[in-house]
Amino acid sequence: MAKLNLLLLLVLVVCALGLVTSQYKARRLFSDLDREQQRERQLDVVYGQLQLEASTWGLHARVSKIAVEKLGMHVPDPRRVIVVMRPAEAKQ
Amino acid sequence: MSLAAAPALVRLPVWRARFVLAAFVFAFIVLAGRSVYLQAMRTGFLQEQGEARYSRVMEVPATRGRILDRNGEALAVSTPVKSIWVIPEDVKASRAQKKRLAGLLGLDARELKKKLAETSRDFVYLKRQIAPDTADKVEALGIPGVYQQREYRRYYPGGEVTAHLIGFTGVDDAGQEGVELAFQSSLAGQPGSRRVIKDRLGRIVEDVESIRAAQDGRDLTLSIDSKIQSLAYSALKSAVAAHGAKAGAIVAIDVRTGEILALANVPSYNPNNRAHLSGAQLRNRAITDSFEPGSTLKPFTIAAALEQHRIAPTTRIQTAPGRLTIGRYTIHDAHPESVLSVAQVIQVSSNVGAAKIALELPREQMWNMFERVGFGAPPQLRFPGEASGKVRPWQTWRPIEQATMAYGHGISVSLLQLAHAYTIFARDGMLVPLTLVRTGTPVQGVRVISARTAREIRDMLELAVQPGGTGPRARIVGWRVAGKTGTAHKQEDGGYAPDKYIASFVGFAPASAPRLVIAVMIDQPAGSEYYGGLVAAPVFAQVMQGALRLLNVPHDAPLEPLEQPGGSDDAREGT
Repeated sequence: MAKLNLLLLLVLVVCALGLVTSQYKARRLFSDLDREQQRERQLDVVYGQLQLEASTWGLHARVSKIAVEKLGMHVPDPRRVIVVMRPAEAKQ
Repeated sequence: MSLAAAPALVRLPVWRARFVLAAFVFAFIVLAGRSVYLQAMRTGFLQEQGEARYSRVMEVPATRGRILDRNGEALAVSTPVKSIWVIPEDVKASRAQKKRLAGLLGLDARELKKKLAETSRDFVYLKRQIAPDTADKVEALGIPGVYQQREYRRYYPGGEVTAHLIGFTGVDDAGQEGVELAFQSSLAGQPGSRRVIKDRLGRIVEDVESIRAAQDGRDLTLSIDSKIQSLAYSALKSAVAAHGAKAGAIVAIDVRTGEILALANVPSYNPNNRAHLSGAQLRNRAITDSFEPGSTLKPFTIAAALEQHRIAPTTRIQTAPGRLTIGRYTIHDAHPESVLSVAQVIQVSSNVGAAKIALELPREQMWNMFERVGFGAPPQLRFPGEASGKVRPWQTWRPIEQATMAYGHGISVSLLQLAHAYTIFARDGMLVPLTLVRTGTPVQGVRVISARTAREIRDMLELAVQPGGTGPRARIVGWRVAGKTGTAHKQEDGGYAPDKYIASFVGFAPASAPRLVIAVMIDQPAGSEYYGGLVAAPVFAQVMQGALRLLNVPHDAPLEPLEQPGGSDDAREGT
């Protein structure tokens, strides 16, 4: 009887330690998850800012101004433009 | 010793022992009662209190959806900013700290002092929506009683070019104008919340439950092409400036899909900095204002008459002597002609001719035409404040009113409605439903007039932009154009102002297989040039030329330089 009790006590102690470790691990993993989620939000914010920047640099008015003034480009004369139809469109 | 010698048998009274026993029993009963009370009856409250010491409900922020143009170019993006607020009573800062704080926030030292003096209040904003790195510097000052709050701010890279169309949001991130307001429900996110357990250091150690998942707003892809939009805005802006006009508006529609490719107004504003805005700048004239369109309405009168087989394109109409008197009123032509064919009535824009044709029509038929092309009803874009224009019920029309409506007076429409209505000529009689959201798929319209009538009108509109018509300046190199000019007296104090005009041009190209409808309206051009053919048609030509090139539309006309009409022809560019 005493032996059985001792065995059960041992099992109990092992279980208790297991619970503690798993709880600890869960909390560690959770805080990792939380950190990654925060990073995700942060990256999303940066993405938005970069998109904003790209749009600002790529403004049609700005691009055409630089093309004309700095690079000396101009819209081609319509007579020198040939529009080629895709076969599917040509059939219509 | 007398004590030691005291008799061993001292009989204490029995009641004393019983008293002590009773006292213990009573004390235990009290304790048991208390524990039953706490454990069984107040358990809920106590557990709540305990949890409140370590568990927190956290707000999970949601971002507002982005607005993109049809090619994925960003037109409106939210990025986080910080707002600085204080509890004035708790603020303890040295003079130098206060000075640094005022400097960082861009506040006046006196202003800051005034805000900190409001000790009766618990919550005072020092500055809203500042850049995150400035907020970090404020935090580094370490002044007690100064707090930060995370918020979102909307940025509009398109600036004044897309201002009226996109609109803007208020400080609380809710749409207030334009698309931001129209699509508020799908753009806005739903902030969520979750319950967590925090440790002593404030780190989150366990997620207890997610009370509500955060839902980010959906991105919205508009039908707008930002290149054409930018082209349209700059052409319109320079025309309004060159003619000293009060305002202007332009709309471009892809007739195959009903998508609005560009919609711009002048004067505009910068949506990123909205201090000192006037009502005139905020007005989205193309959608929310209606005006008497003038001659741009003539094709609809003619179309109604053609549909009823009252006339044919070759029917001859006597317009001499350029006047038509109905009751007490007289209708004038800017340039009197004699006998004109129906096609020439459009080409030289004869008011008398259009009025005579209208008077051949039953009132109801004419009203029917206006109603079926969408005049008198909002265009259903979900856009805030869409004007429906004014078309009076036909039962109340008098003959003179029917005659003036034939050339676009006594009836009002918005520029968007006008452009929309012209899709029936571009689409062989079908009225295409409009959309502000990218669809990219051709749509079926609703048949309003027969394909034959539409083609006949198209030929007349093509004549109108040839030399000898009213709008030769609308022509472009490489594509055939069809369109109609309009010059209308402005309404003022219940009558017509003699010297104030609205110049307009509506047209489409390529005439052989129309792809784009563009409508231009210029409000009150100053100076001697006020005809639609001189003021609005060049804007149309400039935008149409650029847009067809950007859309890679094949040419349908020989690529030869256009001969611009000389001075003598200018006189023709009437109404």
